[in-house]
Amino acid sequence: MINSPAELEQFRQDILAKRSSEKARISVCAGAGCLATGARKVIDAFNAEIEKEGLESEVCVKGTGCPGFCERGPIVVIDPQQTCYLQVTPQDVPEIVAKTIQQKKVVERLLYCDTVKNEKSVREADIPFYKHQERNIIGNNIKIDPKCIDDYLALGGYSALTKTLFQMTPEEVVDEVKKSGLRGRGGGGFSTGIKWDAARKAPGDTKYVIVNADEGDPGAFMDRAVLEGNPHSILEGLIIGAYAIGSHEGYVYVRQEYPLALENVGVAIKQAQECGFLGRNILGSNFDFDIKVHRGAGAFVCGEETALLLSLEGKPGEPRSRPPYPATSGLWGKPTNINNVETWANVPLIVSNGADWYNQLGTARSKGTKIFSLVGKIKNTGLVEVPMGATLRDIIYKIGDGIPGGKKFKAIQTGGPAGGCIPEEHLDIPVDFDELIKVGAIMGSGGMIVMDEDTCMVDVARYFLNFLTQESCGKCSPCREGVKQMHRILTNITEGRGKEGDIELLEELAMSTGSASLCALGRSAANPVLSTLRYFRHEYETHIKEKRCPSYTCQGLVSYYIDSAKCGACRICERECSSQAVMGGKNLIHIVDQTKCNACGTCFEVCPTKFGAVIRISGEPAPARIPEEARIIVRQRYVPKKAKQAETAV
Amino acid sequence: MSEVSLQIDGKEVAATDDMTVLDAARSAGISIPTICYHEKLKPFGGCRLCTVEAEASGRTSLVAACVYPVQQGLVVRTRSQKIDSIRKVLTEQLLAYAPESEVLQTLAKDYHADKDRFAKEPSFCILCGLCVRYCTEVKQKYAVGFVDRGPRREISFIPEIAARECWDCKECFPLCPTSALQAAYVLTKSLAPIASSERACTTMADTNSIREMNQTDASFAANDESKSKTLLKAIAEG
Repeated sequence: MINSPAELEQFRQDILAKRSSEKARISVCAGAGCLATGARKVIDAFNAEIEKEGLESEVCVKGTGCPGFCERGPIVVIDPQQTCYLQVTPQDVPEIVAKTIQQKKVVERLLYCDTVKNEKSVREADIPFYKHQERNIIGNNIKIDPKCIDDYLALGGYSALTKTLFQMTPEEVVDEVKKSGLRGRGGGGFSTGIKWDAARKAPGDTKYVIVNADEGDPGAFMDRAVLEGNPHSILEGLIIGAYAIGSHEGYVYVRQEYPLALENVGVAIKQAQECGFLGRNILGSNFDFDIKVHRGAGAFVCGEETALLLSLEGKPGEPRSRPPYPATSGLWGKPTNINNVETWANVPLIVSNGADWYNQLGTARSKGTKIFSLVGKIKNTGLVEVPMGATLRDIIYKIGDGIPGGKKFKAIQTGGPAGGCIPEEHLDIPVDFDELIKVGAIMGSGGMIVMDEDTCMVDVARYFLNFLTQESCGKCSPCREGVKQMHRILTNITEGRGKEGDIELLEELAMSTGSASLCALGRSAANPVLSTLRYFRHEYETHIKEKRCPSYTCQGLVSYYIDSAKCGACRICERECSSQAVMGGKNLIHIVDQTKCNACGTCFEVCPTKFGAVIRISGEPAPARIPEEARIIVRQRYVPKKAKQAETAV
Repeated sequence: MSEVSLQIDGKEVAATDDMTVLDAARSAGISIPTICYHEKLKPFGGCRLCTVEAEASGRTSLVAACVYPVQQGLVVRTRSQKIDSIRKVLTEQLLAYAPESEVLQTLAKDYHADKDRFAKEPSFCILCGLCVRYCTEVKQKYAVGFVDRGPRREISFIPEIAARECWDCKECFPLCPTSALQAAYVLTKSLAPIASSERACTTMADTNSIREMNQTDASFAANDESKSKTLLKAIAEG
C-alpha cells in the first residue's frame, strides 16, 4: 500500500533501479490478434530457449499489449535496440536468441521489408506503418505487460493522478480538460470538459463515472486494444475524472465478448487497489474511489449511453430520451459521467503534459490524436493512431500501404455501421469530427473499412442495414420499421428485384428514420444509404434499371459460364463447386448448369490462369450451352520430353 | 415548479417547468397526434408520431413532444412539410401491421398515408407498449412484457402471472389500438391450465408427470417458446 506521493516516487525509483541494467527485453504482442496467430507459442518458445541457453539473468520475456500492426503478427520487439521482427513463429525463436540476443545481430528475414524500395527497417519506429503515426496512446502498449502494474509505473504511470490529487482542485482539472479541447472518442464528439463540468455542478452527493467499453462496430477494435493492452491508463483517467466530478464509485462496462479485456481490467483493478490507487484515502489524499466491472451482454445499442445505464441497472438495454442528460440524472437517477475508453485514456496525458501541449496536435475544433482501426481491402490491417487532421490519403497509402492485389481504391467507410462511404475525390480532407460530417460520413468511434473496385456499394449499404436491423432495440417505430424497410428494399435491389421508385422510397425512409428516431442508432442508421446514394447513385440505377451489378458482387445479378474455346477440362471447378452446378468429366468441356448455379464465384476464382475459361457476366443471360457432342476434347498423344528429344536426335 | 412561457404554432403558451411540450400544447388546445401516449403512464417516446420542431437558443431540432420538457422561450412548430411527411411514413409503416386500426385510419386521412405502401406483416401488434406499461406502472402485475428486440420484438403474456391476474382485470384491452392484445391473451389463456398444473406437478416433485403431460398435449407445452410464438402468429392471422 502506497500512502503518499513521496512513497509512490520511491516505489517507482525502486522499479527503475531494478531495470536500469543492460538487461535485454523481448516483448511479444499478446493482443487478441497476435494471440490468434500463435503469439502464446512464441512466448513459450522464447522462455524455453532462454532457459536452455541459461540466459535468464540477462533477458526477460514479456507478453504485451497490441502495438497495432496486426497484419504482420505475431510481433516481437527486442529492447534496448528496438529491433522489430514480424510474423515470428516458434521455429524462428532459436535463431533470434542466438543472433540478436547473444551476438547482437539482426535476423534479416524477419524484418519489415518495403517491397517497392526493397529497404529493410530494423527498428520499430522506422517501419513506414509506424513512422507516419503519432502514437501517444497506443505506443506504450508494446512496453507494457498489461498484468504488471510495475511496467505502467516504470513509464511514469499514476503520476498524473498524484498531480491531480495533490496539486489541483477539481475545478482546475475540469478547466484543464476543457482547455485541452478533448472531445468524446465514442462517436458523439461532445466536449469532454463541458460534460464533466455539467456532472460536477449537478446537485447531489452520490455521483458515478463510467467507462464505456461496449465497442460493437463491425471491424473496430481500438478500445479493445487499449483496454487489453494498457488498462491502468484507463483506470488512472477514470480516477482523475472521479476526483474532478466528485464521484466515489465508478464502473467499467465491458462487453462479454472481450474476455481478455475483462481479465486484464480485473487484474488491473485488483493491483490498483493493492497499491492504494483505488479504495479509501487514495495516496493519503482523503479522496475515496473504487471501480467495479460490469459485463455487457453484447447488444450493440448498449453503447448508447442511456441504454448502457439501464443495462447497468439490470434493465433491458433500451435508450431513453434526453433530456434529462446523464450528467444530471444518470445511473439510478444520480449525476453520471460516461466516457469512452479512448477518451479516458487521453486524460492522464492531458493532466501530465498540460492542455497546451495536448491541443497543439489536431485541427481547430478537434484536438489530440485518434486511433482508427484500418481494415478491409488494405495491405496493412491494424490500429492506426494519427493526429486529428491527418488526411485519409495518408492513412490509406502511407500507413496502410494502399490496396492489395493491384486493385483500384473505391471508397472508405468511416464511423461504424451508421457511418458513411467516402469516395476517392474526398481523400484529401483532414480527418476530424466536423470534416467527416461535411462529406456525409462520421468519425464514430474510429472504424475505417477500405473498399476496392470489386466492392458493390449497394451491397455495402445492405450489409450495414442488415447489421442495424438486427441491433435496433425496437422501442421506437421509425428505427425499428424504417431500418427494416430500407434493408428490405436494398435486399430486393441486390437480388434483382429492384424497381422504379425504390431510390426515392429509400430517401423518404432515410429522412423519417434519421429525423424522428429516439437515439443516435436510428438517427444515423440511414447514413450508409444516404452516403452511397450521394456518391454511387449510378450503381443503384444500374442495379435497378439494367439488373446489372458492375462489380459482380450481387449473386442474384451475376452469372458464370465457361468459355468452351478456353476450357482445359481440368476438372478443378467441377470439384470445387459447392452446388454441383459444373458439369465436367474427363476430356469434356465443362458447362455451368445455370439452374443449379448460385453465382458464388468459386469456379471463377479456381480456374487456372493459363485457361481463364470461367467468364462472369451481369445484366445479360449466359450464352446457351454448347451441344453435348461438341464437348469432347480430342487430345494429342502425350509424349514425354526425353522421348521427344530422342526422336529428334534420331 | 416554476412558470415558463413558450410559443407553439405562433401562440404564446403558459406552462410549468414539469410539463412536456405535449402537455403544454394540449393545455392550449393545440392537438398533436400520439399513439403510445396515455395520461396515466410515464411518457415512452416510442411511436414518434408526436414529432415536432423545437427551436431553442437558435438551434432547431426534431423532438418527440411527449417526452421533451418545456423551457422558457422555446419555439415549437407542430406542423410543417417535414413533420407531415415523417408522420405520413410512420403511419404507413404501422398500417402494414394493423390496417383496420381506427387510430391509424384517422392518421392516414390526416396525413394522406397509403395503407398499402408497405408489405403486410403477419402480426397486428404495433408495439406501442400501452398494455405492457399499463400492467407494469398502473396495475404493477407485470403480466405482459416485451420479448426480443428490433424487428423480432413482440408482446407476450407470462402464463403463470396471466393465469392468476388477467381474468378479472383485462383493463389493458381497451387501450390497444389494434386487435393484437386480445389475440395474445387468447393464446395465454389456452396455455394457462398447463402452466398451473405444471406448477402443481413441480410442487409434488413429480417431473415424470410433466413429461407425460407435455407428450400428450405437446402443442401447449408452456415452456416451448417457439411453439407459443407460432401459435401467437396463427391466432393473429385469424
